[in-house]
Amino acid sequence: MVRLGALGVGLVFVLALLWGAVQPRDAVTPDPVRALHLAPTEIEWSYRGPGNLGIFGTFDRGQLQRGFQVYKEICSACHSIHRVAFRDLAALGFSAPEIKAIAKGYDIPSIDEKTGEPTTRKGLPSDKFPLVYANEIAARAAQNGALPPDLSLITKAREDGPNYVHSLITGYRDAPANWKVPDGLYYNPYFRSLNVAMPPPLAADGQVTYADGTKGTKDQYARDVATFLTWTAEPKLEARKSTGVAAVLFLLIMTGLGYLSYKRVWADIKRKPASI
Amino acid sequence: MSFPWAKHYEPTTDFGRYMDSRLPLPRLVYGALGAGYPTPKNLNYFYNFGVLAGVALVIQIITGVVLGMHYAANTGIAFDSVEFIMRDVNNGWMLRYMHAVGASFFFAVVYVHIFRGLYYGSYKPPREVLWLLGLVIFLLMMATAFMGYVLVWGQMSFWGATVITNLFSAVPIVGEAIHTWLLGGFSPDNATLNRFFSLHYLLPFIIFGVIILHVWALHIPGSNNPTGVDVKGPQDTVPFHPYYTAKDFFGLGVYLTIFAIFVFFLPNALGEVDNYIPANPLSTPPHIVPEWYLLPFYAILKAFTTNFLFIPAKLWGVLAMLSAILLLFFLPWLDTSPVRSNSYRPLNRIFFWVLVADCILLGVCGGKLAEEPWVRIGQLASAYYFAHFLIIIPLIARFEKTLPLPNSISESVLAKYGRTPPPGSAGSFGGTMPQPAE
Ligand code: HEC
Ligand code: HEM
Repeated sequence: MVRLGALGVGLVFVLALLWGAVQPRDAVTPDPVRALHLAPTEIEWSYRGPGNLGIFGTFDRGQLQRGFQVYKEICSACHSIHRVAFRDLAALGFSAPEIKAIAKGYDIPSIDEKTGEPTTRKGLPSDKFPLVYANEIAARAAQNGALPPDLSLITKAREDGPNYVHSLITGYRDAPANWKVPDGLYYNPYFRSLNVAMPPPLAADGQVTYADGTKGTKDQYARDVATFLTWTAEPKLEARKSTGVAAVLFLLIMTGLGYLSYKRVWADIKRKPASI
Repeated sequence: MSFPWAKHYEPTTDFGRYMDSRLPLPRLVYGALGAGYPTPKNLNYFYNFGVLAGVALVIQIITGVVLGMHYAANTGIAFDSVEFIMRDVNNGWMLRYMHAVGASFFFAVVYVHIFRGLYYGSYKPPREVLWLLGLVIFLLMMATAFMGYVLVWGQMSFWGATVITNLFSAVPIVGEAIHTWLLGGFSPDNATLNRFFSLHYLLPFIIFGVIILHVWALHIPGSNNPTGVDVKGPQDTVPFHPYYTAKDFFGLGVYLTIFAIFVFFLPNALGEVDNYIPANPLSTPPHIVPEWYLLPFYAILKAFTTNFLFIPAKLWGVLAMLSAILLLFFLPWLDTSPVRSNSYRPLNRIFFWVLVADCILLGVCGGKLAEEPWVRIGQLASAYYFAHFLIIIPLIARFEKTLPLPNSISESVLAKYGRTPPPGSAGSFGGTMPQPAE
């Protein structure tokens, strides 16, 4: 009975599926976006260590500070990093007074203590970086209908994030003849729809002057800011990798000892012919 | 249970004797996992995966309970609370990565465990109940993992929840009502998130309970083994401790090493990047996919593209996806071959490997956009899946000519090491034919 029933049910499912499989398909026109879309260029990141493997390697503090500078001078006009607190900047090598000074440069929404009216106050190290726009509607109103996303998590929220950010902001170019870019958008083959609402943020070499003497090129800005955004997305990256190296070493030793004891325990069974 | 030659627990201290007559916990452990549990001596590394699954569950519970201390099940702050765990809770990043990667590893281990059972015929008598309990665990795991994924309240959480709960609305007449009742609304929202957290916290403990039954059901007949031949006498077994405790410890070490490599160096490799974008009910992601371990079932769901026999395609998909799991409950009665292990089933063995390839192919199809050739491949692969269990297996069991079985486990072990058994050691306990499956 069970087998007869199964045979029946099986046949019905198989027929339903084969019926679907033999249906003619609508002709599909190849998607022009897919033909023009480019995968991000692979970069050797200093924080990924030897071989770009991501096993060793730490953030270069100088690069993080430069990336923060690029973010602050260019991207912060439109993008927030609202998940990062000023105090977190200590990880970039800033001292406590420097962090205090950076925080002071931002206005944080607050309530007036006397009148209860909304107002702003100077930032404190414990504050998060403020939002650029109070809400999505304000952002879209100011940005021609587009929404500049918060960048705190961007390198984790896009496939191949750090490479993507680098390629995206350096990847603007003229659209091919067969591609029409709507008004107010810009052609960028790394962006999923090829038409991005973000105006090219990196205009020219020398746009940002680095204090540490590093030459200011567009490519350098992109690398530095992408590294900075990798840190904002995962401030615990260094702890993760160093803990990982220790954990794997420990486990390898433990497993090796486990193997030896396993061999030893089983030696009598595996060697001499079993007797009753 | 035990075989008559099992060693018995002897308390050696006064305290041991005191406890033994009041709460004989040491006796239980000795008999279940200690020297008092005789185990076939030819178990290979595939038999490590049961213990690994248990460890994986414990890891999920421990990390999950601590995550639960910091997590906030409220749509306004759920995503922020997960990021708070990642950034500000001491070692919170490690807990969360262990929990997220741990879920994937749990499934990987359980899949190997299930296919091990399929290969060696472990679902056959006298282990049917053991198999059924395993499937109950598998179903509960899928529900738990699905709801856990929703807790993050990222884009994929929200849209995955939307797609999966929408399936209930395919049920005729009452579908919409069930859908609204399950969600506590018309789309996933705060009520949904709250109940999912409650259930996500509860189900692992129910799984734990079913695992106890599963292990109990295992200990009645004892483990199956790669030959599929019953234990005939003491020469076929070794005490669980120290033999398998040592082997399981080594296996656990290998597992934890690979697990650590993923947790610490590739923590997001198995996840979806979209889930790092906070949920937004107004913006549908271009490609909604579940986690990798549910992809084969998702492929079956998507494989039905045409109405058939007056049943709409969507309902077919839902029925098929359910059936794909439920049919496994009938397997012990579909496969009537008296031979358990595929090592002695030349024809069935070929189809076993075709099934493995088919399931991997289904997983690949599940992750693709609905485009040719993947839709058609998915349809054919789904058709094979059903044909395999419902048509091919029952037929093979009838007509296959199986290879001669070894007389006993110890004889096969000796053959493997190129020795002949000492006279009279094999087959001296009872018959040599396995029991037919009916
Ligand atoms: C003039 C405002 C403006 C500035 C300055 C700006 N952006 Fe943008 N950015 C936008 C807008 C608007 C979008 C949304 C684009 C869209 O959705 O089409 C965006 C989107 C993005 C995205 C997401 C693309 C995606 O995949 O969705 C990234 C990454 C990004 N910007 C990085 C940067 C970086 C890095 C900088 C600084 C070097 C920067 N932006 C400076 C306006 C800006
Ligand atoms: C069967 C065992 C379990 C499985 C398979 C499982 C699976 C999952 C999955 C897949 C996620 C999403 C992970 C992510 O992408 O971040 C998750 C999240 C979560 N789980 Fe579990 N889980 C289990 C047990 C538990 C237990 C016992 C608790 C205890 C409360 C728990 C608490 C949580 C919490 C709070 C989250 C959200 C935070 C986060 O995303 O890390 N889980 N779970």
